[in-house]
Amino acid sequence: MILYGVAGLFCLFGLADATYLTVLALTGETAACGGQTGCFEVLGSAYARVAGIPVASFGVAGYFSAFTFATFAAFNYARARMFFALTVSLLFAVTLWLLYVQAFLLHAFCRYCLFSAAITFLLMGIVVASPSPRTSRN
Amino acid sequence: MRRYLPFVIVAIVALATVGTGFALYRAKRLTAPNAPKNSAASGTHVRGKAEALVTIEEFGDFQCPPCGIMSGVLRKIEEKEGDRVRLIYHHFPLAVHAHAREAALAAEAADRQGRFWEMHDLLYREQAIWSKAPDVPNLFNSYAGMIGLDLDRFKKDLQNPEVAERVDGDQKLGTSRGVTSTPTLFVNTVALPPAAINPPGLNKAVETALKEKSKP
Repeated sequence: MILYGVAGLFCLFGLADATYLTVLALTGETAACGGQTGCFEVLGSAYARVAGIPVASFGVAGYFSAFTFATFAAFNYARARMFFALTVSLLFAVTLWLLYVQAFLLHAFCRYCLFSAAITFLLMGIVVASPSPRTSRN
Repeated sequence: MRRYLPFVIVAIVALATVGTGFALYRAKRLTAPNAPKNSAASGTHVRGKAEALVTIEEFGDFQCPPCGIMSGVLRKIEEKEGDRVRLIYHHFPLAVHAHAREAALAAEAADRQGRFWEMHDLLYREQAIWSKAPDVPNLFNSYAGMIGLDLDRFKKDLQNPEVAERVDGDQKLGTSRGVTSTPTLFVNTVALPPAAINPPGLNKAVETALKEKSKP
């Protein structure tokens, strides 16, 4: 249960990061990238939006879902563990894609995006370390 | 009670996220000057109200370091004086600056999507970075993306002869008014002497002009 509590905490960090990036994208605010070419190159690229919607807003949805499932899992809702694992796996897959985009297509990294990637890796670690929903009780 | 606790926690986090996001959105929106912007209608880049007591006109070069410094000073004056001051910007890219013209074109292309001042402020703020960047056009595209421009349209506008004509037009205007260096500043149509083109000099000129205009 503690593991899911920790996961929930990580999700909150990811949620804060994604919310901040979404606000930046919606307002056109640029000060957060001040002095960092890589940040501009990533957040100002065509990959930062999907059909005009900021990619970060999908992160908000993803982290909030993960937080919700982690919270319910911490309170012994068995199905929540499965949904948590699915959500984190999806977030992890998207993170891998975004890391690929930064490393090989844009050749630039954004610190906010790397922070989010680190959170997702930690969440994935928790998913791998936590007992399988089928083997655990309840 | 314990049964409802996860619902309560999730609801609190949802409310906190929406609330924080909204507050942040409003705060970021408010940091942009709320004075009226006008450029397309008159062909001039104006920030501030037409009835402002003092009009500061700048002939600037986005790659000129003193222009970058003065940009910060102008911004503070605008924030301090509000509706009493308005700013007019004219391009005057100097040939000695390798990317000054590209920057002016980027600002003009941004203007075509109504974001001249956003690009203007960004170019001045990040001047030290892009001036030395290996791939300036790519970085300007990133800036365009960051301020929410349609990238394809921005790239097309950069090649548009009308955009180049706007920059050339400003430069001709500057030459006709005796501009030879940047920044050249006019306060209520009076050119500031080169010795006064520094933060204290500009502040003093604006204060003097405001006092004169405020006299009954």
